[in-house]
Amino acid sequence: MTLSNELVLDASNISVQFGGLLAVNDVSFNIPKKSVVSLIGPNGAGKTTFFNVLTGLYKPSEGKVMFGDREITDLPPHKIASIGLARTFQNIRLFGLMTAEENLLVAMHSHLKSGIASTILRTPRQRKEEKEALDTAREILDFVGIGKWSSEYARNLSYGDQRRLEVARALALKPEILLLDEPTAGMNPQESAVFVDFVHRVRDARDVAILLIEHDMSVVMSVSERITVLDRGEKIAEGTPEEIRSNQRVIEAYLGKAASEGRGK
Amino acid sequence: MATRAARKAKKATRQPASHRTWALGYLALAAVMFVVYQYALPWEGLPLPIYDFLQLWLPPTAINEALVYVICALGLNIVVGYAGLLDLGYVAFWAIGGYCAGWFMSNFFEQWNFHGLASVPTTEPGLHINFWLVLVIGGAVCAFFGVVIGAPTLRLKSDYLALVTLGFGEIIPQIFFNGEDINGFNLSNGTKGITRLDPIPTGVKDLGPFDFGSKFVIFVLLAALMVFISLQLRRGRLGRAWLAIREDELAASMMGVPLMRTKLASYAVGAVAGGIGGVAFATHVDGVYAERFNFSISIFLLAMVVLGGMGNVWGVILGAFILAWVNSTGLPALGDTFNTEFGTDIDFPSFTFLLFGLVLILMILFKREGLIPESRLRMVLHEGDADEELKPAQEEKK
Repeated sequence: MTLSNELVLDASNISVQFGGLLAVNDVSFNIPKKSVVSLIGPNGAGKTTFFNVLTGLYKPSEGKVMFGDREITDLPPHKIASIGLARTFQNIRLFGLMTAEENLLVAMHSHLKSGIASTILRTPRQRKEEKEALDTAREILDFVGIGKWSSEYARNLSYGDQRRLEVARALALKPEILLLDEPTAGMNPQESAVFVDFVHRVRDARDVAILLIEHDMSVVMSVSERITVLDRGEKIAEGTPEEIRSNQRVIEAYLGKAASEGRGK
Repeated sequence: MATRAARKAKKATRQPASHRTWALGYLALAAVMFVVYQYALPWEGLPLPIYDFLQLWLPPTAINEALVYVICALGLNIVVGYAGLLDLGYVAFWAIGGYCAGWFMSNFFEQWNFHGLASVPTTEPGLHINFWLVLVIGGAVCAFFGVVIGAPTLRLKSDYLALVTLGFGEIIPQIFFNGEDINGFNLSNGTKGITRLDPIPTGVKDLGPFDFGSKFVIFVLLAALMVFISLQLRRGRLGRAWLAIREDELAASMMGVPLMRTKLASYAVGAVAGGIGGVAFATHVDGVYAERFNFSISIFLLAMVVLGGMGNVWGVILGAFILAWVNSTGLPALGDTFNTEFGTDIDFPSFTFLLFGLVLILMILFKREGLIPESRLRMVLHEGDADEELKPAQEEKK
């Protein structure tokens, strides 16, 4: 499958410095429209730092991030989220004491308009807006397959359903890009396989581009159309799963030099 | 049958049934109390023991004062209970509201003359504005100061926020306390306070400081208004955002919730209640006295919210009523009875804070969710040990 030339996100020459530590060093990275791309690398490679730059949690010391035609480098996280960059968390961060549908309604906050006065007075417009929002929320919950749990508290859902709810909550932002931070953490191989299909289904049905940070190589290889490898803050490789699988530097980064040489013989 | 189900579904989108039951209970109790105080208490035929009992244990002034605490505690509940922001300086808004009443409903500013639909003759010097308008002004001024105080402080988190709000809670009453001569301008009349406020116009009759029964009705309705505002907001866009921030600030901001604006909104709405409570309190005591707005009131209000049940308006009302009553009436009356009965001379009211401290400790130990808990919190706090055992298992899975 060829990737679209149209980019939804283009981060160029990003560097992030924490005191004396250069966590990300001059990394350029883009996300083509409606693609599924992955960011991998050994622990401490700077994946999460890079991810946090995209979502606005960290400001890069150098470089800029373009979202379509708009520069988002210096926007606050909630702004970036509301214009179409939604994420999930590695260690599930749902609003546990809110119901599944309320979790989604929170994510719709920036798309809803009712203010204090109209909420107190329950104006017809406010009611209509709430009703439509609730319908959308239920529709998304149905889409990810947890529609029957819409009024259950998030903390009461099973682990797998909580993962789905996180994706649903991110989708409620109506994003153009969905960032998934180690979404298969804690899943067994069968669940991970189901997840791969799920990612493609989300991309096709919701018209989003998906960026994955993932440790599970079998998931990465089967789901991604393009893989970018970071090591010690630098981009060491980028390409299709086949290219990455045979890339010497990637093997070194993951297994160490000696091992890769041994394998070469 | 189908229409019935439809109607049921329609109802479900409004306030849940439990809130309607509570609201009816609240209004019914208020009606009973009104009848007792307005008609039974002044009635000649009322048996003396009952009269004495009511005057000792449930005097009308104490009830009205408790209602002022209820109004303010409901406001603090929006900040602490809904948005989860620890505010130790809430008394500042109470003071500002009080001074709004002092400034705009008395002869204090003799140098100016303005009458706005007031209940006093236009020959009176000073600023005289109708009580109902002053309620609005007090609320608006407090909302403004809520934003002014909140804008720099709400960037801080938990403990730091608490400390800075505590600072503001001290600063503002101090300004009033020392505000006799600000470059020659008398802002607050210092320790002497501002006294004699205009009566409350109602269309039928102007209510002076001793019209307890009628003012009781006004205070009950103001508290009901705060309940209404709280419940409506809670079940809307803003209330969900508050709850999300209380749960997980980072996740909320990553879901597009602007943290500062949302927190400021809770602070401002809470401050409005403080302002309304302040105006009500000023008319209750017929004056504004700087020394009454001390730090202990902030703690007192916080204790009411915690005792009653953070986040649940009905719990907060109960908590506020109980603590305010114990403070103003319960302990002194118990002391009087005890001392006459046993011939002792113990100063019961001086043990107020000892008692409150004890109550808070016991609550935290045994009933952390409060007397009438918010349904969401009850779920977490009651799982207890079972939940502790489950957690490590889930961690491992990750």
